[in-house]
Amino acid sequence: MSIRHGLLALLERGPRYGSQLRTEFESRTGSTWPLNVGQVYTTLARLERDGLVAPGGEDAAGHTLYAITDSGRSELHQWYERPVDRTNPPRDELSIKLAMAVGAPGVDIRAVIQSQRHATIKAMQDYTRLKAQALAAIESGKSRERDDVAWLLVLEQLIFQTEAEARWLDHSESRLVRLSLPADRRAEPEPTQAADTDAPAATAAPKPRALRTPRG
Amino acid sequence: MPDQHSAPHIQPGQPAPSSPSAQPVLRLERLVRTHGSGATEVHALRGIDLSVYPGELVAVMGPSGSGKSTLLTLAGGLDTPTSGHVIVEGTDITTASRRQLAALRRRSIGYVFQDYNLIPALTAAENVALPRELDGTSARKARVSALAALEEMGLAQLADRFPDEMSGGQQQRVAIARALVGDRRLVLADEPTGALDSETGESVLALLRSRCDAGAAGILVTHEPRFAAWADRVVFLRDGSVVDETLRSQADSLLSGQAAGR
Repeated sequence: MSIRHGLLALLERGPRYGSQLRTEFESRTGSTWPLNVGQVYTTLARLERDGLVAPGGEDAAGHTLYAITDSGRSELHQWYERPVDRTNPPRDELSIKLAMAVGAPGVDIRAVIQSQRHATIKAMQDYTRLKAQALAAIESGKSRERDDVAWLLVLEQLIFQTEAEARWLDHSESRLVRLSLPADRRAEPEPTQAADTDAPAATAAPKPRALRTPRG
Repeated sequence: MPDQHSAPHIQPGQPAPSSPSAQPVLRLERLVRTHGSGATEVHALRGIDLSVYPGELVAVMGPSGSGKSTLLTLAGGLDTPTSGHVIVEGTDITTASRRQLAALRRRSIGYVFQDYNLIPALTAAENVALPRELDGTSARKARVSALAALEEMGLAQLADRFPDEMSGGQQQRVAIARALVGDRRLVLADEPTGALDSETGESVLALLRSRCDAGAAGILVTHEPRFAAWADRVVFLRDGSVVDETLRSQADSLLSGQAAGR
C-alpha cells in the first residue's frame, strides 16, 4: 500500500508526528493524492500494530512522535526493491466505456472518443504548465529543491499517462475507421435522407459526416 | 462533440485570454482549399476560422490528411486559398501583390520545419541574419540583430557554428531564432519535433513556448499530444474542418479537485 510505504519513507529520515507526515507527503507529491489526517493516524496505528513504527516521545509542542523500527526499515527497503504489482490491472473507466460503446445503439463512438480526447489533452495542457513552473523553480535554485524534483517526477508521470491515453484514443479512432465500424452505421437501421433533420435533438448525438478514409 | 457546422470557431475579434485588447497577429477567415476538380476533387480545408493573438501558442492536431499542413502553408502565404482570407498583421495576403506578399513573408512570418532547413554553408548567426539581409538591412546590422536574437534565446554559444556542427535540437532552436529575428512575431512550426528525441523535442517546445510568452504568436502543427500540451489552445482538425478545441484552464485549481484522482 502506497500510503503505508510513503509514511515509512518519510519516517526513515527521523521521527515525525501525524500532521507533519501529511504535509510532507503532500509537498513531495504536489497534493496529487491528498491525505487527511485521519488516514495518516489510521495508517500509523496499523504500522504500529505490525511493529513497523513505534511511538517515540513528544516534541516541544506536545505532538506524539513516531519513529521507524528496524523491521519497518527492512519492509521499506523491500518495497523499493520490489516492482509494483501489475498482475491485476486497475479497472479503467475509459476502457470499459469504449468497450461498451462498440456497436452500442444510439452511441456515436467517435463523439465519445473526441470528448475524451478533449478532456485528456486539456489535462495534459494543465500538467504541462505546472511542469514548466516546477522546472523554472528548480532552475532558479529556490529552496525545497528535493520536493520540487519529486513533484516534477509525479507531474511527468501524469503527463505520460495522459499521453498514453491520448495516443490510445487516436489509435482506437483510426482502428475503427480501418475496420469501417462507425457505431452509427452498424447499430442503427439504415439512415434515410430525412433522418438527420427528424432526429429528436434532445436525445440524438450530433451525427458525424460519413467517414472518410484518411489520406496519406 | 459538435459537428462541423456548429464547431466552436474562434471568431475574428474574439479576445485571447492573455491579451484582451490586442489585435490578432494572424487571422484566418472562412479559409477553403480545394485541390483538383470534379471526380478527383479533394477538400483539404472546408472553411476554417482561426485567430492567433500575440502571446499565444496554438497547436493544431488531427489525423494525416486532416488539413494541418495545408492550414500552415496557407497561413504563411506559401499557397493560395480557393476562397477565404489570410490576414497577417492587418494585411490580407490573399489580395496582396506578389511584392507585398514577399515582403510580408520576409518581415512578419517565420517558419520552422521538421528538417530544420538551415543553410549548411552559413553559420548559425548568418542563418539567423539572412532574412533581414534579404529584406535590405545592412549585413552588419543584420548580424547584430541575429546575435541579439541568439543571445536572448540562450543560444549565443552556437553563433559561429555551422549546421553540421550542431545537434538536431540545437539546429531547431537556431531555426526558431531565425523565425523570430527582428520584428517578426508570427512563427509557423510544422512538426518541429518530428526528427528529435523526446527530451530534445521538449527543449525546442520550451523555447517556442517562451518566445510566445514574450509576445510572439505561434501555430504548432503536431501529432504528438505531449508537445501539443505546451500550447494555450489545441485545435482538432478532421477532414478539413475544426471539430473541437481546448482552452488552457487555470492549472492552480486543477489538482485540488477530482481531476488528479484518476
